[in-house]
Amino acid sequence: MKDETLSVAVQNGNTLSGFSRFPSSNRRPSSGWRLIPFLVAALVLIPIGTVLSSFFAPASDIWQHLVATTLPGLLLNTFWLALGVVSGTALLGVSLAWLTAVCEFPGRKFFSWALLLPLAVPAYVTAFVMLGLFDFTGPLQTALRSWLGPDAWFPEVRGRLGVITVMVLAFYPYVYLLARNAFLTQGKRSLEAAQSLGYNRTQGFFKVALPMARPWIAGGVMLALMETLADFGTVAVFNYDTFTTAIYKAWFGMFSLAAASQLASLLLVIVFALIVVEQQVRARMRYAESKQSARADRITLNGWHAGAATALALGTLFFAFLLPVGQLGIWAAGSFVQDFDSRYLEFLWHSLLLSALAALLTCTVALLLVYAARRHPDAATRNAVRIATLGYALPGTVLAVGMFVPLAGLDNWLGEMALQLFQIETGLLIQGTLAIMLLAYMTRFLAVSHSPIDSAMRRITGSIDEAAMSLGLNGWAMLRRVHLPILKSGIFTAATLVFVDVMKEMPITLMTRPFGWDTLAVRIFEMTAEGAWEQAALPAVALVLAGLVPIILFMRQTEK
Amino acid sequence: MLTPRFGRYLAATLCCATLLGAPAAHAEQVVVYTARIEQLIKPMFDVFTKDTGIAVKFVTDNEGALLARLKAEGKNTPADMLITVDAGNLWEAARAGLLQPVESKTLDANIPTHLRDPQKQWFGLSVRARTIVYNTQKVKPGELSTYEDLAEPKWKGRLCLRSSKKVYNQSLVAMMIAEHGEAKAEQIVRGWVANLATDPLSDDTRAMEFVAAGKCDVTLVNTYYYGRLLAKNPASPLAIFWPNQAGSGVHVNVSGAGITKYAKNEAAAIKLLEFLSMEKAQHLYAEVNMEYPANPRIKPDEVVAAWGSFKQNPMNVATAGELQAAAVKLMDRAGYR
Repeated sequence: MKDETLSVAVQNGNTLSGFSRFPSSNRRPSSGWRLIPFLVAALVLIPIGTVLSSFFAPASDIWQHLVATTLPGLLLNTFWLALGVVSGTALLGVSLAWLTAVCEFPGRKFFSWALLLPLAVPAYVTAFVMLGLFDFTGPLQTALRSWLGPDAWFPEVRGRLGVITVMVLAFYPYVYLLARNAFLTQGKRSLEAAQSLGYNRTQGFFKVALPMARPWIAGGVMLALMETLADFGTVAVFNYDTFTTAIYKAWFGMFSLAAASQLASLLLVIVFALIVVEQQVRARMRYAESKQSARADRITLNGWHAGAATALALGTLFFAFLLPVGQLGIWAAGSFVQDFDSRYLEFLWHSLLLSALAALLTCTVALLLVYAARRHPDAATRNAVRIATLGYALPGTVLAVGMFVPLAGLDNWLGEMALQLFQIETGLLIQGTLAIMLLAYMTRFLAVSHSPIDSAMRRITGSIDEAAMSLGLNGWAMLRRVHLPILKSGIFTAATLVFVDVMKEMPITLMTRPFGWDTLAVRIFEMTAEGAWEQAALPAVALVLAGLVPIILFMRQTEK
Repeated sequence: MLTPRFGRYLAATLCCATLLGAPAAHAEQVVVYTARIEQLIKPMFDVFTKDTGIAVKFVTDNEGALLARLKAEGKNTPADMLITVDAGNLWEAARAGLLQPVESKTLDANIPTHLRDPQKQWFGLSVRARTIVYNTQKVKPGELSTYEDLAEPKWKGRLCLRSSKKVYNQSLVAMMIAEHGEAKAEQIVRGWVANLATDPLSDDTRAMEFVAAGKCDVTLVNTYYYGRLLAKNPASPLAIFWPNQAGSGVHVNVSGAGITKYAKNEAAAIKLLEFLSMEKAQHLYAEVNMEYPANPRIKPDEVVAAWGSFKQNPMNVATAGELQAAAVKLMDRAGYR
């Protein structure tokens, strides 16, 4: 039986279409489920719609200017950056996931959770620290110059390779986390199956294990890609101009929010196309769950294999976490005395509370979305889900404004109505409430929670549903008693990612927070806005430490 | 039932959250949207509250977001005052009709005309001078003269610049457009780009560190960054040079404020604006961030005064806003990243 389920995992395009996966025809229709993706998509469409609606606003002079000057270079820069980050995170994330999930090497247990830690370090912070250490004025190059003379050669760290390296170090955990999840539940089994098909270990990895983990890997890589395309902070530290640079330049430099929005909508169209292509390829595959007990016997690495595995894990951990956080720690120790006060507890509390609420909301909605799409796997629903998860590709400030403007409009309209109908001054009713903030977070991070939960849902085959139905389980009961246990690790993954991402998030927090609701990320913004990076180390260290909480909780849940 | 229960929790939480966010009635207060960060503005607010009993409620964000926010909120905005750290964004706020003119004898007397909006919709409150910083071991002050001179071939491979994305550089180039016209200004910026020793850097501090480490000899920075760097590292071989003293003067920008068009606490907000232009607050601007007071009767901080006095460019800083978009385009054309 094992081999049967596994062999269909390998690409099987001719016989299986995405539509025939679930026996939905014999289920009683429930219109509630049907509507969920569309409602969520409509919500996410608020900011995206605001952005897209700018398309007809006149800004042609700025377009002409950009096309004639910087745009071609920006596109090329963005392309190389995206390609570099995609291949880098895939390579690093998948290798580390495979090593820690399936193999045994010195330090494996420690690395399996420690390799998640870089998730808690914002990419722009890593970027700033790395440049401080490795650029011309850093200790390394200064030492080299003092040994070898003032003309000692050193590769340009502020170039393309530098940005790509920093982003890979910052974003590989997305791939690592998701791929590891896949390998944990199927890795060893898939190798056994491959062996029974006469493949050796290497062939087995590439022909069976890797294709089977495909939706997880693709999901993780997609998150890294969207994060890269939306990034502004990291590329600004490197002064590496990407498409996002043009968006912000049009807005802040040339005061044209219209041109900025038009550029942003172009970005969205590209990402949407990428999602469609990726899912089209994936839709032709089918995945099955296997028992997790197979984890017990691992492939033991010996000799230089074991050494190389440990070195790779340690090297990654060192550059992505220990080095930046160590430097932050040194800086923070310097500013601790003058800057630390009781308010930090408040910042911390706000960060934790907002992240927890946002994770809860976003994961619940993602779960509903995934479930609805499973029950109604038609083209319209799938498109609605794709739209619902697009917010992650939008640069944060653009999304924040896109959310804010229509809501303020609604608020003004409500106030107007109240005034006309009841002669009362209401002021702003919905703005400046946490509800708006959480809604905006959800719009941005739905992709982050959707990806792992969706991948986990693919594990639940039609036959499981049929078996459950034959036992009289339906609807909520089936979700709770059959699906949720299988989805558990996916949901935990999603919650961890959203939690940490919200904690690091800056533009939405800045724009939608109620008065007095400053968080650690807001504090980092305050410091870095005037270039006081070393003072930003204190809130940054606090943020990293707070981010460790969900990561450790997560590991305890999944490593039991 | 796990999920519906979650849903109920969520609903309850959101209700609480909504209540938390509801506006509370207060005694006299001013609501401020500020792009000047907390550490650099709260000290002034604290003194104001102590002196007048008027509370100041504020929220920080970047300028672009604050402008978008004011625009979207329209006449229901809770904000009475907008504070930014450059004239360009104040100019844009006035242009978009988000501010109102303020007639005040105090402000007229305290803030020189070139540091405020001709329509009096906003007022500069502190002066940020963008000047030349050089490596004392590699450059003799006699070699230096003007911003324009840095475009000459003798500086080839000796210049470091911060990225053109920063508004401080956009304002500087905008002022050069006003003074020389676009063609000449573009020629100068092209000259700078040709003289760069390395790709433009992400901030003023980095640019000075590159000068100190010997990658290049000169750069352009706001003086308070110089002050901060020297405070941290007094041995740095760096010094300030005031350019264009025989001509138009040093380029200055302002951090300033305006009263919003739909201010609900207009009288209190004007009181705060006036307070910020007076002695106590003006001293604080220098104390918290080594900026120059906008009020010419107030002496700068000791540390700042030690850098010497200089002639400011008397052109109205509003010009920086008017010509900012043109400056950005010019820098794109000239290949200044």
